[in-house]
Amino acid sequence: MNPREPLRLHVPEPSGRPGRETDFSYLHTSPAGEVRRPPVDASPADTSDLAYGLVRVLDDEGRAVGPWAMEVDKEILRKGLRAMLKTRAYDARMLIAQRQKKISFYMQCLGEEAIAIAHALALEPGDMCFPTYRQQGLLLVRDDIPMVEMICQLMSNERDPLKGRQLPVMYSYKRAGFFTISGNLATQFIQAVGWGMASAIKGDTKIASAWIGDGATAEADFHTALTFAHVYRAPVILNVVNNQWAISTFQAIAGGEATTFAARGVGCGIASLRVDGNDFLAVYAASRWAAERARSNLGPTLIEWITYRGGPHSTSDDPSRYRPADDWSHFPLGDPVTRLKQHLISLGAWSEEEHVAAQKEFETQVGAALKEAERYGSLADGHMATAASMFEDVYKEMPEHLKRQRDQLLGEST
Amino acid sequence: MNARDEAQPATAASVTRRMTMIQALRSAMDVMLERDPNVVVFGQDVGYFGGVFRCTEGLQVKYGSSRVFDAPISEGGIVGCAIGMAAYGLRPVVEVQFADYFYPASDQIVSEAARLRYRSAGDFTAPLTIRMPCGGGIYGGQTHSQSPEALFTHVCGIRTVMPSNPYDAKGLLITCIENDDPVIFLEPKRIYNGPFDGYPDRPLVPWSAHPMGEVPEGYYTVPLEQAKVFRPGKDLTVITYGTMVYVSEAAANEAGIDAEIIDLRSLWPMDLPTVIESVKKTGRCVVVHEATKTSGFGAELVSLVQEHCFYHLEAPIERVAGWDTPYPHAQEWAYFPGPARVAAAMKRAMEN
Repeated sequence: MNPREPLRLHVPEPSGRPGRETDFSYLHTSPAGEVRRPPVDASPADTSDLAYGLVRVLDDEGRAVGPWAMEVDKEILRKGLRAMLKTRAYDARMLIAQRQKKISFYMQCLGEEAIAIAHALALEPGDMCFPTYRQQGLLLVRDDIPMVEMICQLMSNERDPLKGRQLPVMYSYKRAGFFTISGNLATQFIQAVGWGMASAIKGDTKIASAWIGDGATAEADFHTALTFAHVYRAPVILNVVNNQWAISTFQAIAGGEATTFAARGVGCGIASLRVDGNDFLAVYAASRWAAERARSNLGPTLIEWITYRGGPHSTSDDPSRYRPADDWSHFPLGDPVTRLKQHLISLGAWSEEEHVAAQKEFETQVGAALKEAERYGSLADGHMATAASMFEDVYKEMPEHLKRQRDQLLGEST
Repeated sequence: MNARDEAQPATAASVTRRMTMIQALRSAMDVMLERDPNVVVFGQDVGYFGGVFRCTEGLQVKYGSSRVFDAPISEGGIVGCAIGMAAYGLRPVVEVQFADYFYPASDQIVSEAARLRYRSAGDFTAPLTIRMPCGGGIYGGQTHSQSPEALFTHVCGIRTVMPSNPYDAKGLLITCIENDDPVIFLEPKRIYNGPFDGYPDRPLVPWSAHPMGEVPEGYYTVPLEQAKVFRPGKDLTVITYGTMVYVSEAAANEAGIDAEIIDLRSLWPMDLPTVIESVKKTGRCVVVHEATKTSGFGAELVSLVQEHCFYHLEAPIERVAGWDTPYPHAQEWAYFPGPARVAAAMKRAMEN
């Protein structure tokens, strides 16, 4: 009998830690333009190579190249870049507002702006997104969602549309196709599939867009969503935003080592793409492709967006304790804002001056919105929805026991 | 608003028929599938096969597979999917094959369905009904016998309902499907085919031979938050639901105690006035359920009675429940709180 070595438990580790540079070679990238663009009616099995490749359009010089480079109206690109700048300005100011204790908590999407924004521009009115807490771009790209109202949610003040019941950033905007955000990870992924199935049951033409991060793919609801989406050919886009980190946990611990999250889609019989999430044009083109599939009864698409979480996980997190401080600057796919800016300038559709002016414009806009929101109060000064309102909306109509509890509260407070 | 005012009894014109609980539940889904194009029914084995308990038999043939369909074996998936459908505007009626198997869907029920309306300030709602066969007395062992109602009554934002006869089963299920709150609809499978008084060796009385097996063919509702005085009495009040209604009746007859048996029907939110009125009248109270005792729903009932009827109570409130053990197979009748145990508690309550 051969003597065997003792078994060893494998615990994945990121190559980079504080003081040690990350080796990003684990992240298989393809040169821009190299990955093929299949027809929208491609069979899921025929997307296997795409699930391990990387769809990219913008090359290092900011040129749009390859089969995924599509004719996009320059106004859409300008709108996209402006929305990214707006989102970045919003995030930066809200981060400060949290430090100033004007809001209790905040989460930025620094570095991930292109994904939500280009995706939103590829959808149609009436489609429903089931976002996580890091897709604020879906709202900020729109002109009909007042920034003041969003900040009121962050401040839980008397104008908070959610009446102070939710943590900051857990927005809900049915009219904008933005499903109510839950603190429980992954739950919305399967709900999006159900929403898409409902649209199919009713013979509608609307589609659903599901969102999840790399870490949350380890939750059971990720698996159920893929299974149900495949079984019922649900008209849904299953977006996995792989920003490499789940709080302090490197994506390898979520199951990303030596594989891709896109590959899980193929394994479940779902057409899957792995896309450069910092390439606005690639995000737009892949989203359009997936939306076209869904809207044509060709079934779901899973898209793994490769990006990098440029900021801390949240205002309660200090990434310098678990990853290199300058990690983002080494990330091979760069910054989505810089890349689209370069492209638009090369097209003659943008300029440095316009860029600086837009940055200023949004800083001013966000500052003014914050100021206005502060007029409607904050947690600190008690200008918020009444305490009695906390008993509303638990049920459609308030049951007797809640009326008794509300009366008890009101009686004790007088 | 008190739901008791909304009772909509079957009109004199409606034709009635003897139905088992299974047939009554199927009839409720049939009626609602017909009335409301947004009603969809799905779950494991629910479609083509018609359900492992036959509760959805024939519905897929009648309404098509986009209205009634089979689902993968994934309770979290079934409920999560239903929440998404409800958010779209459908009215899903989904089945979890056994209440013992709802646990994988806990996160979707507690964190999502129950809180959708609250957390979105009414922006999104989840009008869905989750049916689950529950309860023991069928040699179901550990995972085909549980009564997990306390795990739901503790959750703000959902309604928990349990019928005890075919008439209520149909009327309550229709009400629940129409209700805009998420509802956990627990069906005691031991009484699917006939009432059960806790004596496994006695022949089953089928619902076809029972007055409460008389069910209107068409649409009618039984209101939520309204208990039913199943058996009027003056000696003591029994608060119970599901199978234990019949066990309590047998116990009262054996003990020769004129017990007033209240079938709660809606577990939470519940009909507190009916309970208070009864206990104030009798001065004694026994709470009976199949579920395990500690932190069971009975603890809430005892607490409410104590709080609201303290000066009318002439004896400690008794509680008869399943033992605090997993549901055993071979020891079923030592575990199941049968008439002897209920009668003993009634006698204790009367001794003081």
